[in-house]
Amino acid sequence: MMHTEYYIFLSSALFTIGVIGVLTRRNVLIILMSIELILNAVNINLVALSQYFKSVDGQVFAIFVITDAAAEAAVGLGLIIALFRNKETVNADEIDLLKW
Amino acid sequence: MHFLDNIWMIPFLPLAGAAIQLFFGRRSSNRAVSVVSVGLPGLSFVWALGCFAQFLALPPSYNHLFLRPLYTWLPAGAFHLSNGTVGNLTVGVGMQLDPLSCVMMLVVTGVGFLIHVYSTGYMAHEGGYYRFFGYLNLFMFSMLVLVLADNYLMMFVGWEGVGLCSYLLIGFYFLRKSASDAGKKAFIVNRIGDAGFLMGVMLMAVTIGAVDFQSVTAVARSGQFPVGSGVITAICLLLFVGATGKSAQIPLYVWLPDAMEGPTPVSALIHAATMVTAGVYMVARSNALFALSPKALAIVAGIGAATAIWAASIGLVQNDIKRVLAYSTVSQLGYMFLACGVGAFGAGVFHLMTHAFFKALLFLGSGSVIHAMSGEQDMRKMGALSRKIPVTCWTMVIATAAIAGLPPFAGFFSKDEILWQSFAGPYGHTLLWTVGWLTAGLTAFYMARLIFMTFWGESHVSHEAEHHLHESPRPMTIPLVTLAVLSAIGGFVGIPKSLGGGEWFGNFLEPVFEGNAVVPMHEYGRGMEYFLMGLSVVTAFVGIGIAYRMYVQQPALSDRVSSAAGGFHRLLLHKYYVDEIYDALFVNRVKNLGSGLAAFDLGVVDGGVNLVGWVTRMSAELSRLWDSWVIDGLVNVLGFVVRVLSWPARILQTGMVQNYAWFITAGVLVFMVYYFVRL
Repeated sequence: MMHTEYYIFLSSALFTIGVIGVLTRRNVLIILMSIELILNAVNINLVALSQYFKSVDGQVFAIFVITDAAAEAAVGLGLIIALFRNKETVNADEIDLLKW
Repeated sequence: MHFLDNIWMIPFLPLAGAAIQLFFGRRSSNRAVSVVSVGLPGLSFVWALGCFAQFLALPPSYNHLFLRPLYTWLPAGAFHLSNGTVGNLTVGVGMQLDPLSCVMMLVVTGVGFLIHVYSTGYMAHEGGYYRFFGYLNLFMFSMLVLVLADNYLMMFVGWEGVGLCSYLLIGFYFLRKSASDAGKKAFIVNRIGDAGFLMGVMLMAVTIGAVDFQSVTAVARSGQFPVGSGVITAICLLLFVGATGKSAQIPLYVWLPDAMEGPTPVSALIHAATMVTAGVYMVARSNALFALSPKALAIVAGIGAATAIWAASIGLVQNDIKRVLAYSTVSQLGYMFLACGVGAFGAGVFHLMTHAFFKALLFLGSGSVIHAMSGEQDMRKMGALSRKIPVTCWTMVIATAAIAGLPPFAGFFSKDEILWQSFAGPYGHTLLWTVGWLTAGLTAFYMARLIFMTFWGESHVSHEAEHHLHESPRPMTIPLVTLAVLSAIGGFVGIPKSLGGGEWFGNFLEPVFEGNAVVPMHEYGRGMEYFLMGLSVVTAFVGIGIAYRMYVQQPALSDRVSSAAGGFHRLLLHKYYVDEIYDALFVNRVKNLGSGLAAFDLGVVDGGVNLVGWVTRMSAELSRLWDSWVIDGLVNVLGFVVRVLSWPARILQTGMVQNYAWFITAGVLVFMVYYFVRL
């Protein structure tokens, strides 16, 4: 029988990898991909725990997250393209317009 | 028409003329100027004649004195006199007519009018015509104020006024440096005399307590001061200092020869007939004071005699026709003071009158000669003019006869009266007579020399001048003829008793001088008087004869004499170097003092002002430095501190979103750790 703990371990590992990717990677596309990874990790967590609690709420929530992730990816890519048009770079270190 | 009551019209008419000319004359035509400026003095002369006639007709209660006060000038003020009492000094403006001022008034207005007429001809082609007549009228006004005043201060106003007009008229051609220098010299030397005069009047005010003629004469004759009083002597000598300045005696005569720079009518009016006689008039007016002081009289007589012979000696060798006449004037003024100094005030005034006639004639005649010679004044370039300008020539001959003292011309009577009084008069002395007699001989010589060099002998006239030789126009010749007549018959008013005359002039003036303590004359008989008279006439002829020999018969003789006495001749030609001596002793010292003071003003005073300005600029500079370094520095430090203190907060803002994500993650971890530890 699959213990639920294994799914939670997997989701937290994926979450951690995703966070580390967001925090450390220079390429903004990789950062977007890491954000997707975070969202997928959360999905796994939701589905696993919906099976544990014999409730379908988790799965419904997971559908919402997937939809949201898709919209967010589209918007994010649009942002990156707009940014690239102005700054000619996809290096996160070079995008520091918010600095004083 | 009561002339006497309105006697103030006499000076007022020329004043009106002066005002009209000096304010409006610039745009007037010469004709308009002439009519106003000659007509008004003419009217003044008519008025003077009217006053004279009415004066003679005054009832005896007036006692030969007519007073016409006009208004109070300085009202009564109490002050301490020198002898401790409290006096009350009131000075008014008023006019006084007594025999002395009658004579002066008639001479000034009469001769003045003739000279005004002459000037219309002489100045016809000169620029500044209106200015000339304006100044001339102003002079007439001042001189009339002087002679008609009833107190010393008003006389001083006129005194100063004639000095001013003298300056203005001497420097009439002011664009010529020599003329403006001469004007300055005249005014400054006059001023020295004026200082003495004013001190005398001030001393009079604190001693006698009054400055009007009547009070002073009354106090002097009252016996309040003893004869020989030191204070009175001081007053007389100070007044005489003023007279030496105004009437060109030693030591203040040096301005008169230079004054010949002015136009010739000016020399005739001011420096022959009227202004220079103001000193004599003043001394005669103060006869009561002088009678109290034999010492002062002696000094007056001595200086008069010394000046007479000094100036005559200089006049012997001068070559400029006007210079000769200038020194002659100084010399004749010396005669007048000699007369006053020996107590014969009447004789001095008599000579003043006759001298006005013949000296004015001589000057006007010389002006006529200069006019004919197109401006030439050097006698060595004249000669043989008697045929060319006969009227000028013969009128000047008459004047020369008068001044040389040849009978029956005017100068004979007046000059001989002076010589007789200086010999036998109350304060006379043989030495004074000798000097006067020698001077008479010198006078005859140099005047004859002038006539012979100008009108006879060989002609040394230059070719260009020869073409223009012509007799002067009527406005010039008529006054010459009039004055010649006066020079011829003017003496007959004063024929002495010894020649069978009535001594009208002396008797007329007697009321002015009587009342002084009578000092008896020396005891000489008529014989002595005739002898001296004859001696002076013979001396005059001798002088004329020598001049005739030296300048007509043997012209080379004059050169031989001047080269034989070379050193002495040069000394006389250079006027005894008096001007140079004065320059070295006084003038240059004063000028150096002036330069020193100017340097002080420039260096110290201006330097001080500049220093204050520099200090102000320096303090402004310091302010600027303080402002830019200290104040701005503080502000900059403040900014620097803020920057330093905000550094930690600044570095947090990197603008990189990933860093902000780190901080979020870190915060979440902190919270997670906190809650795990809590639970």
